[in-house]
Amino acid sequence: MTRTLPELPTDEGAHPIPGAAHAHGYRPRHTLPIWVETVRQFRRRRTLFMIGLLLALPWILVAAFKIGGDPSPDSVPTLVDVATRSALNFTAFTLFVSTGFLLVVAVALFCGDTVASEASWSSLRYLLAAPVPRARLLRVKLVVALGYSVLALVLLPLMAMIAGTIAFGWGPLDLPVGASLPTGEALGRMSVVVVYGVVAQLVVMGIAFWLSTVTDAPLGAVGGAVGLVVVSNIVDAVTALGSWRDYLPTHWQFAWVDVLQTDPQWDGMIKGSAVSVSYAVVFLALAFRHFGRKDIVS
Amino acid sequence: MSLRTAFGRPFAAVRTRLTTRRSRVVAGVLALVVVVIAVLGVGVAVGDDTATPVRATEQRVDVAAGPGDPARIGIDTTLFVPPGVRGRAPAVLLAHGFGGSKAELRRDAEALARSGYVVLTYSARGFGGSAGQIMLDQPDYEVADARALIDWLAARPEVRLDGPGDPRVGVAGASYGGALSLLTAAYDPRVDAIAPQITWHDLADALLPNAAGGGPAEGVFKKMWAGLFFSSGTSPSAGLAPIDTKTGCGRFDDRVCTIYREVAVSGKSTPQAVDLLRRASPVSVADRIAVPTLLIQGQNDSLFPLDQADRNAAAIARNGAPVEMVWTAGGHDGGRPQSAMVRDRTTAWFDRWLKPSGPAPKAGAPTAAGSFRVTRSGGVDSATREQRLRIADTDHYPGLGGTRQREVALAGPEQTVANPPGGAPTSVSGLPGLGLLAGSGGLGALAAGAGDLGGIAFDLPGQSAFFQSDRVDRNVRITGSPTARVRVSGADDIVLFAKLYDIAPGGASVLPHQLAAPVRVSGAQGGRDVEIRLPAVDHEVDSGHRLRLVLTATDLGFASPNTPTSYRVALAGPLTLPSVPRLHVASTGYAWWTWGLPLIAVAVALALLLTGRRRAAAAAPDPDLTDVPLQIRGLTKRYKGGKLAVDDLSFGVEAGQVLGLLGPNGAGKTTTLRMLMGLILPDGGEIRIFGRVVGPGAPVLSRLGSFVEGPGFLPHLSGRENLSLYWRATGRPHEDAHFDEALEIAGLGEALDRNVRTYSQGMRQRLAIAQAMLGLPDLLVLDEPTNGLDPPQIRAMRDVLIGYAATGRTVVVSSHLLAEVEQTCTHVVVMHRGRLIASGPVGEIVGNGNTLVIGTPVPDLAIATLKDLPGVGSVEPEEGGVLVHLAGARTSALVAELVGAGVAVDRVTARRRLEDAFLTLIGES
Repeated sequence: MTRTLPELPTDEGAHPIPGAAHAHGYRPRHTLPIWVETVRQFRRRRTLFMIGLLLALPWILVAAFKIGGDPSPDSVPTLVDVATRSALNFTAFTLFVSTGFLLVVAVALFCGDTVASEASWSSLRYLLAAPVPRARLLRVKLVVALGYSVLALVLLPLMAMIAGTIAFGWGPLDLPVGASLPTGEALGRMSVVVVYGVVAQLVVMGIAFWLSTVTDAPLGAVGGAVGLVVVSNIVDAVTALGSWRDYLPTHWQFAWVDVLQTDPQWDGMIKGSAVSVSYAVVFLALAFRHFGRKDIVS
Repeated sequence: MSLRTAFGRPFAAVRTRLTTRRSRVVAGVLALVVVVIAVLGVGVAVGDDTATPVRATEQRVDVAAGPGDPARIGIDTTLFVPPGVRGRAPAVLLAHGFGGSKAELRRDAEALARSGYVVLTYSARGFGGSAGQIMLDQPDYEVADARALIDWLAARPEVRLDGPGDPRVGVAGASYGGALSLLTAAYDPRVDAIAPQITWHDLADALLPNAAGGGPAEGVFKKMWAGLFFSSGTSPSAGLAPIDTKTGCGRFDDRVCTIYREVAVSGKSTPQAVDLLRRASPVSVADRIAVPTLLIQGQNDSLFPLDQADRNAAAIARNGAPVEMVWTAGGHDGGRPQSAMVRDRTTAWFDRWLKPSGPAPKAGAPTAAGSFRVTRSGGVDSATREQRLRIADTDHYPGLGGTRQREVALAGPEQTVANPPGGAPTSVSGLPGLGLLAGSGGLGALAAGAGDLGGIAFDLPGQSAFFQSDRVDRNVRITGSPTARVRVSGADDIVLFAKLYDIAPGGASVLPHQLAAPVRVSGAQGGRDVEIRLPAVDHEVDSGHRLRLVLTATDLGFASPNTPTSYRVALAGPLTLPSVPRLHVASTGYAWWTWGLPLIAVAVALALLLTGRRRAAAAAPDPDLTDVPLQIRGLTKRYKGGKLAVDDLSFGVEAGQVLGLLGPNGAGKTTTLRMLMGLILPDGGEIRIFGRVVGPGAPVLSRLGSFVEGPGFLPHLSGRENLSLYWRATGRPHEDAHFDEALEIAGLGEALDRNVRTYSQGMRQRLAIAQAMLGLPDLLVLDEPTNGLDPPQIRAMRDVLIGYAATGRTVVVSSHLLAEVEQTCTHVVVMHRGRLIASGPVGEIVGNGNTLVIGTPVPDLAIATLKDLPGVGSVEPEEGGVLVHLAGARTSALVAELVGAGVAVDRVTARRRLEDAFLTLIGES
């Protein structure tokens, strides 16, 4: 294969400006725009698979209920007993079964994969040499990863509501304890649930993002974050620890259930938010500190 | 890693670093886990409140078997002495509930002892290890026992005395023990303060209640509860006093037993029964209980409902003694006993009245009751899976009538209520004694919870009359006993059970605390108006809810007439709802860490970020170097472990040059280039590009195009998308990119629109070089650009690079291949083991080809032939031939000379200095 050199311009306006501090048109604050990062991440199989899974889950659950019939009430009333009463009930149930693991995995995936995967593809060094300032790269990646996480946390209830409406009809939210909330109020409560869901996952986001800057193995970062969540859950099961469990990252992840009752409780969610935000802030600081100083050898 | 191995470049140093890096991550995670476990371990240690041991001694105290009886029976007691208290301390006598023993009091006793009290627990006669028979808190028996124990306490050296034989003593207990506290306070003036819990004022009234006000003589027998009580006193059970199985009276005294049987069989009270029960009740000595009293009553209590405590409070306040009222979430029907709160309140109460020095408090003129605390249930806390409890309080306990009354109209026609023959089937309010049967928690909690769940209460149609209110227009909090007026007619002996339900808009009904008020009306054949005092509750009716008054002929917990009859029930007035608006839940606020933790986290984060800042690489631009594409001075990089990867490296590149960075694998070339890209920080020295110091993210890097250590692309995107997104990531104008030229260099053709994942190594390589050339950077750095390319591509690449430099731009190429450098570069820098070995124009370094290696089997002859020839500098032997340095002679002439002299020539090759240097280096390594 013999090719000739393309005609290279020699007297571009941009070139060469003697002593120029940077190339023509380069401005650090314009590097790696958020939408570029969004596009870069969106086409990934991993992203599409996770979003697809979250969109499919409500339908899988609908199918399960259609095949298995309505749940029969247990001795202790739970969300599953009333899961098929209405779309809102179904949504609450879907969130309940997803909060502990699926949503954790989704958030860990979006946040833990983002930097480490660039490292594993070696594309990280070219971004940094573009140069995208390191702090800016992390900020943009964080914003986009958060955006995808929020998308996951919003898509699931939305799709559950659609699937639930088709399968079980629209109606008030029946609480497991017998009372019910009119749809308007229930929708308000559901938005609180979703917002808290996001806040409660901040801790997972923080841990995953930090690990993402530490390791070059994307699955290591995701698995590490999920692993820490699992460990936290296990330790949380040791009730002998008493109030020390309050400080565990995942102790409050189900606190949103507190609004699904006639007399909503805010205590758990406020404490949960405090714990989650605190962990997230520290882990993010660790991430920025580490990434700002580290030698990129990937 | 795969790319690196694909390139066949086993960088030992890099691998070492990766390994240490990974182990650092592992170490970090481990450290985190250790910290968490350590913190939690401390928590366990701190959370253990049994740290201070309390000395406990068991002894039997002999008391009179009965009034005027010379026989004595042994009471099993345990004395708890406060640890670390010298001198005498006030005493507390703790009595247990019915069916229990002193063992259940151990925790409470230890807690009180730790608060500085000498505590005496004991098993009442007929229970636990004590002898005797159950007399139901009769003054001459159980109360006398308690007085004897106070005598015993007065003789103890640890106990503080108010006078000779008069200890400073308080009495506390729940249920059976609570009534004993009240009765002992009435019968023994030495008692200084009491804290009775969930107990009765009038046992006759509690077991034969009548909410229409007829008194126990006309009461409705609470058969379920009475039966549970009786059976718990008769059933054999391990470790308890022996039972007389002949009579079936168990541990009960015969008199108590006989009376119970009469009532149980008839379902109606007898004067003897009322008399016996009254003697065992504070009501009989209501005017004599005049010590500070803390009344703690449970809201889930169908045995001793809140009105029992209310009447105790009223009586004691009348006597001028301080009284405070606490309504807990527990009670005989179960629910949360709030043990910690009860313990704290009890301790605080005794601290207030027993601890102060000086004379014991004396009752004065009749006073109003003191403070009032009500435990209200909020929602369920998902973290504990328990209902959250909040405590509302106010300064003054107003009684069950509340401080404000509100009338709510009921509607409903006159209805006929049929009493079924045999009194069955029955309607249900609650399941009495579930809490007792199941112990604390467990089923009891379920029963209590059921009150809020809408639960198990139901009313048989035909046996029940229903009256309902309109929807209430705002939230109404009922605190106290609501009253209803109804007109009943149709029979001489009418028994009804009144319940007030809270009906949600959806129809779900809640019977607060599962309580029903039994009503017996006599002589109502022609109709009588009665006022019904409904069960006392603290319950909020939400706006939009209705209230429903139900009068039903039967209830599972009570005896109702066996004769089938029917009554007529009609409304005779509105419902009156009492409330205590001044009761409010003091905001407990949140634990400090709710706000403190995020603040601490932010502080820690700031500290991490501020201390973690890189030393500012804000060195001023060097004006002399603004036209010099690259200047490296004293560059040093030391890997962890101390090995120098780059050692004091200095060289410069001028515009228009193609510089070859030559060295064997591991010479430090890639490390140098990584530092050049700002990816790793040098330990010493500096790199300047166009006079600007390079560091992470230095803007001048935008004038650099680079391809180092393999391509880096997003595998899920096509080559075109990769380049396009990469350029967009630089934020620079689209037209500056020169995509067409770059794509032409890549030469990928149609593959450009396939995912990079599908590319071959060479295709990726070319795409990466094209990416490096995007924007036509002033300085192009390529690391081993020809790796993975086939010979024609290598050649094309060479042309590209030479042409690129010809435009006035600068190219730096690293390679471990001499030939490549020689053919492509104008200048060369040779590195080995991180050090600069040689640098200069290629021609200078490579030499001009004037050293020849001549292979021959006869070197001596060759030397002799050549050494005197003109134009030959020197001739030396070498393995397999001779080395000739030319000084003007032509190679062909030399060969002709040798052949002419009969020297056999195997081969003639040019020897260059660079190769010499290189071979020497490699030979060294």
